[in-house]
Amino acid sequence: MTIAKRSTEVSRRELMVGVAGLTFAAVSGPRFAGAQTARSTDVALSPWVTISTDDSVAIMSPAAEMGQGSLTSLPLILAEELDADWSKVRVIVAPPNDDLYKNPAFGFMYTAGSNAVTSYFKELRLFGAQVRRVLLLNAGKHWNVPVAELTTAPNVVIHEKSGRRLSYGVIAAFAQIPTNAPDVTEDELKKPDQFRLIGKDVMRVELPGKVNGTAKYAIDVQVPGMLYGAILRAPVEGAGPDTIDDATAKAIAGVLRIVALPYGVGVIAETPFAAFEAKDALKVTWTQTGKAWGFNSEEALVAFATAARDLSQPTKLWGKEGDALAALKIATTIVESEFRNDLVYHAQMEPLNAVASVSPNGDACEVWCGVQSKTIAVTVAADALGIKPDKIVYHDMLMGGGFGRRGHRDEEYVHDAVVLSNAVKRPVKMMWMREDDVHNGRFNPLSAHYLRAGFDASGKLIAFHHRKACDEVTAFQDPIRFRRQNGRDGIAFNGLDAPYYGIPNRLGEAVPRESGLRTSSLRGIAHLTNIFAIESFIDELARKRAVDPATFRRDLVKANPRAVNIIDTVARMANWGRKRDPGALGFSYMNYSGTQIALVAEVTLDRSSGRLRVPNVWVALDPGIAVQPDNIVAQTESSVVYGLGFALSERITIKDGMVQESNFYDYYVPRINEIPVINVKVVPTDNHPTGVGQMATPLVAPAIANAVVELAGVRLRETPMTPQRVKKALD
Amino acid sequence: MAFEFKVNGKATHSEAPANTPLLWVIREELKLTGTKFGCGIGLCGACMVHIEGKRAFSCQTQMSQVAGKAITTIEGLSENSSHPLQKAWLAERVPQCGYCQSGQIMSAADLLAQNPKPDRDQIITHMSINLCRCGSYPRIVRAIQRAAQEG
Repeated sequence: MTIAKRSTEVSRRELMVGVAGLTFAAVSGPRFAGAQTARSTDVALSPWVTISTDDSVAIMSPAAEMGQGSLTSLPLILAEELDADWSKVRVIVAPPNDDLYKNPAFGFMYTAGSNAVTSYFKELRLFGAQVRRVLLLNAGKHWNVPVAELTTAPNVVIHEKSGRRLSYGVIAAFAQIPTNAPDVTEDELKKPDQFRLIGKDVMRVELPGKVNGTAKYAIDVQVPGMLYGAILRAPVEGAGPDTIDDATAKAIAGVLRIVALPYGVGVIAETPFAAFEAKDALKVTWTQTGKAWGFNSEEALVAFATAARDLSQPTKLWGKEGDALAALKIATTIVESEFRNDLVYHAQMEPLNAVASVSPNGDACEVWCGVQSKTIAVTVAADALGIKPDKIVYHDMLMGGGFGRRGHRDEEYVHDAVVLSNAVKRPVKMMWMREDDVHNGRFNPLSAHYLRAGFDASGKLIAFHHRKACDEVTAFQDPIRFRRQNGRDGIAFNGLDAPYYGIPNRLGEAVPRESGLRTSSLRGIAHLTNIFAIESFIDELARKRAVDPATFRRDLVKANPRAVNIIDTVARMANWGRKRDPGALGFSYMNYSGTQIALVAEVTLDRSSGRLRVPNVWVALDPGIAVQPDNIVAQTESSVVYGLGFALSERITIKDGMVQESNFYDYYVPRINEIPVINVKVVPTDNHPTGVGQMATPLVAPAIANAVVELAGVRLRETPMTPQRVKKALD
Repeated sequence: MAFEFKVNGKATHSEAPANTPLLWVIREELKLTGTKFGCGIGLCGACMVHIEGKRAFSCQTQMSQVAGKAITTIEGLSENSSHPLQKAWLAERVPQCGYCQSGQIMSAADLLAQNPKPDRDQIITHMSINLCRCGSYPRIVRAIQRAAQEG
């Protein structure tokens, strides 16, 4: 395993600290697969844990931090089994190295899908326990006592019998590392009631810097001699500049270079403002290459809906149980329904940007960026220059929001910075303006849903059929992953068949579209739109049977006590049975990657304007072991606010292939005066921890729509549920 | 021509063109990067600073408007994060991605300077010009209430 350069100051200091103490290196993967002392002269050594003679413990964090807290929670899991004193732990951002630090769920360093804690949990615990075992072995040898007589308290090994204690730092000074990793089985790990750190909230390590301006994002990077770059990208994917009139742009003071690129036109200037002004002054016509020219999202959504309904359309099977089509044939009652979703923009607060510094002869490059996959960023930079990845020095920066936007296989904003720097062989801070961030957006895809359900004569729900017409997102976002998955697109279709509902015959079918639009995972991923359709439909079915919607769902999940408990819990929190006046309540539930979550929204309606308001939301969730409980609450509040924007106001429209919105005046994200009082209850259980970063997001829109049925007797079938659409439905 | 002004109590000057937004001078000339770029049109509040003690969108303030003025950025709000709002922000674990938080805190500081004991509605009205895409809003309200109480 090699890491070509350990360029950051943190890494250097870390390596020196390692020399004074013990460094535990995993040679391949996070499992302890052999160890070396840090006295080794092998500078390629990349430690997970370093225990220094001053008793400090440095732990690598392999995840990318975009506000979700994994930077802290992953090392905390390792520290738990190591029995480290958290006040002595320093968290070190892991360098790009898939072999060492890959997310087991993806096979490379990629922070997405709310799965960091879930995926790394077991291996981090085992590795922490192995390091602790090495300390015990050394202490036992030192005192000449059996290891079985030893225990640990935070950062100290204790021999109760003789009352002796050795701090981890003291042991580090004399410890020998066994050639082979000690065996630790899962049975030997702590039981939840022995946890000292898991389940107790600690201060997130990067938080103090976020209240005084010192937290550093890529946009904050300052490099001596740095220039500023802006880019006008083609409005349609696959198009490029046809004619470029840069006369006005060039005349702006401080503009140094106009760079024609296959997909756009770059500007390099001495100041950011000059770069932005020049970019805006470019007059460019575009080649008509690219599939999306002529595409209109409003018309397309109608065509998508037709395709979803048309059973002769080619489909890809997403998921099934039993034989839904046969069951529909024998059903005595059939209910059909349709739902539609507009395009959605991420709107992370930091417009995408990166800093690159290409060497004078173009054979090496430093990059500073905030990305969900740092190893992808290294590959992107290397490929842009046609050089080897080991010639890239990568600097990891915090992300001003991610939400799925920063993990595409091409991480194109990193590419933009590298090519601009390469044009002048000087450091360039490449920034998209907010308008660029919208126009170059990669959106949660348009989708149209067609659902059918069948009841038998006894009123039992026996068939569920869900067809979704939608672009295949993974094909655009990550073609490598798409091929590996044989064209199976979880980003667009996950959860289509509601596999957690006890319906004997279920069928989920993808009806793939190819619009040529730039699409992306977005918070809530496939569930964002699927759950709007499914949970609205389930509500329709309950009403059709004249069964209370919460009870109806409870019955469908009765085989899963955790699901039942969460449904009951949120119903109690919201006082579900009590009528509201002038508002009404709506219910939604899902099993999101194992996290049980249910939500109730209270909605009021201003009939004259069509404006919906949501004064209260209640959420209950069971994510298994709650690693950082208050952070789970924070993430859930956050998920609700994000889901509220999707539900009520966020909408991208495309005309002739081009994005029509530009900034926060025509793309409306929720403000503080529009959000509900959000009541969250975390119900931890001793199960393997599951995701918490986005689980409430998909539940908001259907809960609101379900409340509107209760309130006004009309069902809203399209997101966002804008005042205009609400009024139309009321008329 | 150069514009003379004060930032965080220190006299400074800039030769940026008169129409340059203060934001870019603060960030790229003075290297005070706690003040953020979010929208460039005064709709998100990530760029919020104080000019003569009142909050102002630095992206909407041109250099020609700041001559002779005293500007405070997040870096100048306190030494060692000791402003009651900064303490409350950590106590309530407000930030997530953190990008908007300098602007949020600068807006909140302006509110408390005008109205040391704002009620919930006053807080919400005042803070509605600052966007937070992570939805840290419930905690922003709680942190301002805490700071107002603890002072």
